[in-house]
Amino acid sequence: MANKFDLNDESVVVVIGSGAGGGTLATELAIKGVKVVCLEAGGRHEMEDFVNDEWASFGQLAWTDMRMTSGSWRVSRNFPNLPAWIVKAVGGSTTHWAGASIRFQEHEFKTRTVYGNVKGANLLDWPVSLKEMEPWYAKAEDRMGVTRTNGIPGLPGNNNYKILEAGAKKLGYKEVHTGRMAINSQPRDGRGACQQIGFCFQGCKSGAKWSTLYAEIPKGEKTGNLEVRTNCHVYKIEHDSKGMVTGVVYFDKEGKSQRQKARVVAVAGNSIESPRLLLLSASGKYPNGLANSSDQVGRNYMRHMTGSVYATFANPVRMWRGTTMAGIVQDESIHDPKRGFVGGYEMETLSLGIPFMAAFLDPGSWGREFTTALDAYEYMAGMWLVGEDMPQASNRVSLHGKVKDKHGLPVPNVNFDDHANDIAMRDHAYERGIAIYEAAGATRVFPTTPYPSTHNLGTCRMSAKPEDGVVNAYGRTHDIKNLFVSDGSQFTTGGAENPTLTIVALALRQADHIVGLMTKREI
Amino acid sequence: MEKTIHLYKPERRSFIQKGVAASVSVAGFGLINQSEAWALEVKALTPAEAKTLLQLCRDIYPHDRIHDEFYAVAVKGLDAKAQKDAGFKKQLSAGLKDLDARAKKNFKRSYANVGWEIERNKLLKQIESSSFFQSIRGDLVVSLYNQEGVWPIFGYEGESASKGGYINRGFNDLKWL
Repeated sequence: MANKFDLNDESVVVVIGSGAGGGTLATELAIKGVKVVCLEAGGRHEMEDFVNDEWASFGQLAWTDMRMTSGSWRVSRNFPNLPAWIVKAVGGSTTHWAGASIRFQEHEFKTRTVYGNVKGANLLDWPVSLKEMEPWYAKAEDRMGVTRTNGIPGLPGNNNYKILEAGAKKLGYKEVHTGRMAINSQPRDGRGACQQIGFCFQGCKSGAKWSTLYAEIPKGEKTGNLEVRTNCHVYKIEHDSKGMVTGVVYFDKEGKSQRQKARVVAVAGNSIESPRLLLLSASGKYPNGLANSSDQVGRNYMRHMTGSVYATFANPVRMWRGTTMAGIVQDESIHDPKRGFVGGYEMETLSLGIPFMAAFLDPGSWGREFTTALDAYEYMAGMWLVGEDMPQASNRVSLHGKVKDKHGLPVPNVNFDDHANDIAMRDHAYERGIAIYEAAGATRVFPTTPYPSTHNLGTCRMSAKPEDGVVNAYGRTHDIKNLFVSDGSQFTTGGAENPTLTIVALALRQADHIVGLMTKREI
Repeated sequence: MEKTIHLYKPERRSFIQKGVAASVSVAGFGLINQSEAWALEVKALTPAEAKTLLQLCRDIYPHDRIHDEFYAVAVKGLDAKAQKDAGFKKQLSAGLKDLDARAKKNFKRSYANVGWEIERNKLLKQIESSSFFQSIRGDLVVSLYNQEGVWPIFGYEGESASKGGYINRGFNDLKWL
């Protein structure tokens, strides 16, 4: 039974956010016997509430609180108040994610060493290696039911995959398959097999896709150790005179301010809200914000090198049918500087419905060049390009100087410029994506600009030395020993891979670490 | 003076919304669509403005197989916004007036009466970065394409969960490769 804890209960761990990081951490701690209050800014929409309708679902799930943008990225021009397409609801962005679950490669944990000094990039080796992460990856894969691991078969390929596979194989690509997906290809863990509904981004209505909403949190609640408090927006983390955090204050459903005391606080609000909260929590003792002695909070914001390629064919494809992202070409994810850039990228199947295709195919464009593309929608295939982008100190989430939210607090501003390496990689990826579709018989191709960010990373990064980052190898802040960061903000660098599996693996590892520290009374 | 545009399908002689009298009066504005059965009622805009706006919407996102009816839904939405927002109404009316003026200057006729789309496009190119144009385009990209009625024209099938997804309905039926 889900329990309720008192606001003055100082023994609880407060987890802020219920997505891949927060939802997993909260559940794992509860299973291990730790009392947890998970504060979620959004509401709770169960799988039967999800809608197969892109804009309606966006209205239901997306984080649409006011945000500002700056910098030369096109998102800032086309979607100035929507830097990211992420979720405000129980389950966080695991309601919306596509399910792609691939491990980082060994070199991606030590980019400063392997890539060298890339001008303008703030590269740093992770304080953790693939070898150390392997058991946690294995645990995460088992927990999430990732296909092509643990003897779980791959998903069947849909029409969009058939096109990708045919083109990629003609070009000689070898690592081409229906992905490692946290989507059941057969019943597992009390959830059924994928029904090929499509609409993976709108919340999976069959529950085949892993989400903390129904695959983790109920297990935590069942222990009696986890309370998920919804519509509770944390706006400040408080500390005592020694500098240890003592609890959080939040606006509840009615907009009333409440104070929850805590033994430990873990921040998992995704890479825009997490640094915003640390910055909003500035105090006399920590004038630059909590855990920010390094001045790295909010910096090194990464969003992955992204882009899409759509193509039309002479015959129908109907790419929207079936699992959205069950298709991948991995051959370009290697580090091969001969291509003119460091790091690598993945090519993954993707489709949007007509409403979102109209909004995102070429934002702002009009006229027949645009509308004839949509006219051929039924004949269209699509892929997403996702690769490692360079951390840069000036790519930064900061508090906006003027614009305030409904509570009167400064909104976050996301400043972003592509690094030259990001641009070179994107150009290469467009060229290869187009080549794949042309090999499959494309009649027209559409190299499509990046969407608002779905992978938001790096704004509270891990570092071996306190002066280089915000948290240590376990996500514990360098400055405050009972304050943790538990989401993708921890990423020192982004890798080429979709980040959720790594976020979950880090959360499971962090839960183990926190329990160890609590047992030893170190926190 | 009621600013109501009614369009009807002549062969059925059935007026869709308000009735014969109003529709006949609209006939005077030359706005009767001869082939479609639907009505467009505007309150903030004049019928002439609505006609220009409808053409403008078609020119921004031209789809030859989509009936005016669906563009009219977008016009109606803009009209409703203009009713609530005096500043927007002012911008809309001024923008439409400016567009007609450009059409008269270049082609000696009102915008909606410029015969070739490519010529109307030349006028739109002149104003595409204006807030007038962008506010209409930004509204239309949702209000047009988010109508379930247009989806079948693109082949898009919409909601699928209630039908059991595509597991038995062709998710992998592509045979032509």
